[in-house]
Amino acid sequence: MTIAAEARTAHHLPQNWLVRLLDNKSFLIFLCLLPAAALLLIFLTYPLGLGIWLAFTDTKIGRSGHFIGFENFTSLMQDRVFITSVWNTLLYTGVATVAKFALGLWLALLLNNHLPFKSLLRALILVPWIVPTVLSAIAFWWIYDPQFSIISYVLVDVLGWRTSYIDFLGEPWAARWSLIAANTWRGIPFVAISLLAGLQTISPALYEAAMLDGANAWQRFRHVTFPMLMPILAVVLTFSVLFTFTDFQLVYAITRGGPINSTHLMATLAFQRGIPGGQLGEGAAIAVAMIPFLVLATLFSYYALARRKWQQGEEND
Amino acid sequence: MSISRRDVLIGGAGLAAGATMPVPSIAQTANIEKGATLRVLRPTKFVDPDQTIFNENTEAFTKATGVQVRVDYASWEDLRPQTAVTANTGAGPDIVVGWADDPHIFADKLVDLTQVAEDLGKKYGGWYPVAEKYGKKDKTNTWISIPMGGSGGPAVYRESWVKEAGFDKFPTDHAGFLDLARKLKANGHPAGFALGNAVGDGNSFCNWLVWSHGGYMVDENNKVAINSKETIEALKYAKALYETFIPGTLSWLDISNNKALSAGEIGLTQNGVSLYFSIKNAKDEKTAAIGKDLNHAPMPIGAGVGRPTETALVINAMVFKHTKFPNAAKEYLRFMMENDQYDKWLTGCFGYWTQPLKGYAKSKVWESDPKILVYRDTWERALWSGYKGAITEAAGTVNAEYVMVQMVASVCAGQATPEEAAAEAERRAKRYYRT
Repeated sequence: MTIAAEARTAHHLPQNWLVRLLDNKSFLIFLCLLPAAALLLIFLTYPLGLGIWLAFTDTKIGRSGHFIGFENFTSLMQDRVFITSVWNTLLYTGVATVAKFALGLWLALLLNNHLPFKSLLRALILVPWIVPTVLSAIAFWWIYDPQFSIISYVLVDVLGWRTSYIDFLGEPWAARWSLIAANTWRGIPFVAISLLAGLQTISPALYEAAMLDGANAWQRFRHVTFPMLMPILAVVLTFSVLFTFTDFQLVYAITRGGPINSTHLMATLAFQRGIPGGQLGEGAAIAVAMIPFLVLATLFSYYALARRKWQQGEEND
Repeated sequence: MSISRRDVLIGGAGLAAGATMPVPSIAQTANIEKGATLRVLRPTKFVDPDQTIFNENTEAFTKATGVQVRVDYASWEDLRPQTAVTANTGAGPDIVVGWADDPHIFADKLVDLTQVAEDLGKKYGGWYPVAEKYGKKDKTNTWISIPMGGSGGPAVYRESWVKEAGFDKFPTDHAGFLDLARKLKANGHPAGFALGNAVGDGNSFCNWLVWSHGGYMVDENNKVAINSKETIEALKYAKALYETFIPGTLSWLDISNNKALSAGEIGLTQNGVSLYFSIKNAKDEKTAAIGKDLNHAPMPIGAGVGRPTETALVINAMVFKHTKFPNAAKEYLRFMMENDQYDKWLTGCFGYWTQPLKGYAKSKVWESDPKILVYRDTWERALWSGYKGAITEAAGTVNAEYVMVQMVASVCAGQATPEEAAAEAERRAKRYYRT
């Protein structure tokens, strides 16, 4: 058999057809993405789709429901508890995120300096993040207890600065601020460690150049640290907003949404209505109502990260 | 290990088929399916002996019948969702010892237990009327569940402090109760009742408050009726009573009153018998001393029902139609409610799960400590969520949504007038009773 004939025979073998197919870059990408896409479809798209479907039904626990259109949503618009929960969620997310970023950035800057026992300090900073949320919640529940609060004890019995114990969780505004403080405490390590990682990627040469130019500490922070930190700030900010907006455990374990529903977040109210309350459709509608806020936060992240000037200087849009 | 009368009579599963005793086994008389096995789901223990004795009784059933039984324990908040999944999918446990309302939500998926309930009723002095309400399908004589027990919630108070306040006996009317609360506060031993989103204690206190004033969430026809003059009277009373409470009760969850009473911070609250036993048996001498001073009494009677009322945390056993072994399941429930097993469980749990069958009121557990005697009559006083209506999904939801608790709490906190709070409770309840 001639070489040309051999080549023709080989050309017709099925494995060659398969090899050619696998050599096709687009097909290969599709094939490699298929398992991940299947996993996303099963574990993300299906539950999300089911949740959205349930929001348009009157499904109850143990009973399949009927399609009722926007009834759950129109009812929620007139529901004072739901409106309060939206307001609480925005307040909780806004204030806690700002506080976490301010304190987290400050901590990251401190830890980025040459400190004694630096490694140990960095490890300790992570403790609030490592502790399971429910354990933190129980600890805060005790800290805020109207009768046994350590804070009240110190202020009243030790220092004598107050005459009565503080009712941290018994009054709506006090309860809201108390929960924001607990969430801030828990969220600081995530921000601090992430920003510390970002700080360590900034070349010392930039600071040296700035110092040679006569920049003071604030100017070095404003013109070197902050712009260089911006990409990671955007990512961390987005994640922090998402985590805070969807927080459930801390609030549910400490107040269960009380007193008088004044600390319900959308997530806790969705659970309360859906599971203990048995109104799955209504619970799903509350959860679905969170989606626009979460999409906005994600879009912010996407566009913030897409702005190359944050990463490469003001001129490179 | 004790051997029960029934064990002796029937010889248990260990007896060979050729045993000479002529007495038929439970398996034969009850027509238990050959090779039957059962899965049971129930709430996890709250008092330690609950689970131990329940398991021992289950083992005794296996010994007597040869039916293998697996008992799974679910946390209290998980039990209802798990029951719902079982009902929805037609798979999972054969028997669920669920919460009070659950059998009524899934009534069409349950095995008829009328024969078992009637037999037990005849044998053990009859069922308390409220137990019948919980066990029977609404407006029928068909039993869809076997109420197994209920944890009550009378007043728990420090006897010496009540005497110090000038009361030889615990008051039985609203005026006396308010007077006591005021005097307790004046003496530095205030009362404290949960007004936070407390599943047990918050609902318990607020239900009593409204019921004893003649108010109720829905009427006999399941029409929302909470916005009534009786409710408004109850809310005015609540406001006056709240002024005597220890600060912080608006945030109290279920464990808060236990902590405050155990620490000597309050002189009066409402609870199950477990609080008394945990204090009485505390290793710390100071805490144990409080136990000697504790006592219990029914919450005051108002003009409403004409007798003491309270909410009982009821566990209600049901058999699902998907079971392959309905006879085995029915016999299991019958066996667990029979004297040899039930009395052991009742006594071992110190009367925590009080009896729905009148005959067990003669149990020795009620003589073991005069201070717990009031729990004996829990089922005499108990009313249900959604009183005066049927036990329904809506009633369960309104309870789970703390509609009653938040109505009371908003008035106590000064956020709403009684009229506004009752109107808001009506609006919220109507949402769930609309269908």
